[in-house]
Amino acid sequence: MTPQTDALPTSFTDTAHATPAARISEARRLFWSIRRELWENRAIYIAPLAVAAFILLGFFYSTVRMPAVMLITDTVNGVVTHTSHGIDPILPYTIAAGLLMATTFLVAIFYSLDALYGERRDRSILFWKSLPISDLTVVLSKAAIPLVILPLLTWAVTVATQSIMLLINVTVFHARGIDTGPLHSGLPLTQNSMMLLYHLVAVHALWYAPIWCWFLLVSAWARRTPLLWATLPPIVLGVLEMITLHSGHVFEFLKYRIHGPGDIDFTASHAGATMPMGATMSISPTQFLTTPGLWAGLALAAVFLAAAIQLRRYRNPL
Amino acid sequence: MTTIQATGLHKSYGPSVALNSIDLNVGEGRILGLIGPNGAGKTTLLNAILGLTAYQGELSVLGRNPWTQRDQLMNDVAFVADVAVLPRWMRVSDAIDFVAGIHPRFDRTKAEAFLARTTIKRTSKVRELSKGMVAQLHLALVMSIDARLLVLDEPTLGLDILFRKQFYDSLLNDYFDHHRTIVITTHQIDEVQYILTDLLFIDRGNLVFGCSMEDFDTRYLELIVNPGQLPAARALKPIQERQTFGRSILLYDRVPREQLAPLGDIRTPTIADVFVAFVGQPNQPAPYSPPPVPTPSSYTGAAQ
Repeated sequence: MTPQTDALPTSFTDTAHATPAARISEARRLFWSIRRELWENRAIYIAPLAVAAFILLGFFYSTVRMPAVMLITDTVNGVVTHTSHGIDPILPYTIAAGLLMATTFLVAIFYSLDALYGERRDRSILFWKSLPISDLTVVLSKAAIPLVILPLLTWAVTVATQSIMLLINVTVFHARGIDTGPLHSGLPLTQNSMMLLYHLVAVHALWYAPIWCWFLLVSAWARRTPLLWATLPPIVLGVLEMITLHSGHVFEFLKYRIHGPGDIDFTASHAGATMPMGATMSISPTQFLTTPGLWAGLALAAVFLAAAIQLRRYRNPL
Repeated sequence: MTTIQATGLHKSYGPSVALNSIDLNVGEGRILGLIGPNGAGKTTLLNAILGLTAYQGELSVLGRNPWTQRDQLMNDVAFVADVAVLPRWMRVSDAIDFVAGIHPRFDRTKAEAFLARTTIKRTSKVRELSKGMVAQLHLALVMSIDARLLVLDEPTLGLDILFRKQFYDSLLNDYFDHHRTIVITTHQIDEVQYILTDLLFIDRGNLVFGCSMEDFDTRYLELIVNPGQLPAARALKPIQERQTFGRSILLYDRVPREQLAPLGDIRTPTIADVFVAFVGQPNQPAPYSPPPVPTPSSYTGAAQ
């Protein structure tokens, strides 16, 4: 570079001397990219928070208004026993966890299908590509939402919601003169929250990883309606298989992936429990980690992600 | 130092050729205007330079291969693809935070200073801004990046004339220095004439004309021929002839002013006039080779 004087009038005199640029690590770029995703897709946290608020309102109302006889339960040795009238006090907590999980599951589906499609549709990809962030970092930041952020967020919101519910429960029961004994001894909330975390990481993040990555791949590829492109081909394939080969391997495969590994070894002691994650809970971490389907799925997820990264490189705005 | 160097740069989409083996050499500190009709290959050329599309042939941008080394290259290159690619959901403050967070050469105080001159509110979302304000915001972001190459693809499309003028003034006064290189494509040719150092016409994938603006100003003259002197004027080999209000206007390349003066009124043509002569003719001589440039369909801007 030959030093030349700057003959033009400039408001900023230091531009001619390029200062050695501060190094920005890939980790920092990934952090900012994930932050960017949360700015753009506020539904990621607003949806579960709204559902949590709705649950708390409903719970408060029903605790205050429900006939006392419905709320009275007995415990024997710390285990809730159903009386003729009472509702198992854990039930509202379980329903809350289930609702929150269903909410973030839907958010994850719609987020993943739009993640690499929306930026091409509104042409903002041209702005993102004008910045020094690699396709790898961008796609990883988008994959982190369903794989990391949403499971952890679901857990945090659920634990917070259940804690507030317990507070409401105890306070209202006190005020109405209902025995709070079963609440203290009969609600295995800490244990449940650990199981919930295990379920979210094992199933929603790891077991469903190929589904999220498939959605990301389709959103990087589709020219329109990524939802249809993501769901119709497997279904059509399955139907074609049934018609031509009279077998159901495709549907069997899909069912196994969606239903989870709980099917393989259903030795549940609390199989009859109303926990929505009951099926998986029956599997120990060791059993889960030695399920070949898990590793096959993760390998498939890695292939889908690699393809999505390549596609983002080649794809132009729509 | 050469900023952009292309040899046999070729790109085709199936049977249609977007770039036909072009050679290009743009030196540091130049402001190149890339002019061509729609579909001429301008955007394809810029996309190749920016590593947004794969290509055949040799291409080096700031000493790097833009396709295989894009991630490193983008530390030193900034571009405005067109107005309205800023994400509409983004807040102005978020945009600044984000670019500051990930760009090693972004100067936040500069961006704040540029924005302070506008009426853009920090808390506004991009979708709430007018088109002119979005362009101002984008320009403020881009000009705060200490890039060595800035590429502007139709940066003022759809903006009113005040914004366009302000845009280019700002670019020239607040951003450009002799260590940077700027490549601009636009349809509003005459508005950029005064800021360019080099000019390049592209048509149907070929570079049909290229010269520096110093050359342009001395080489080309237009003669509004006096009636009756048309044969004499034609004998001086004009490169183009057209009729306006019944009078012939002839365009000359490197014909001395003294020779033309007796034949009619002389005026300096605009870029648009010369552009029409090279690109607008139905039976144009393409690819055109201007005398000082050695190879057809190639252009070497004054490097160094």
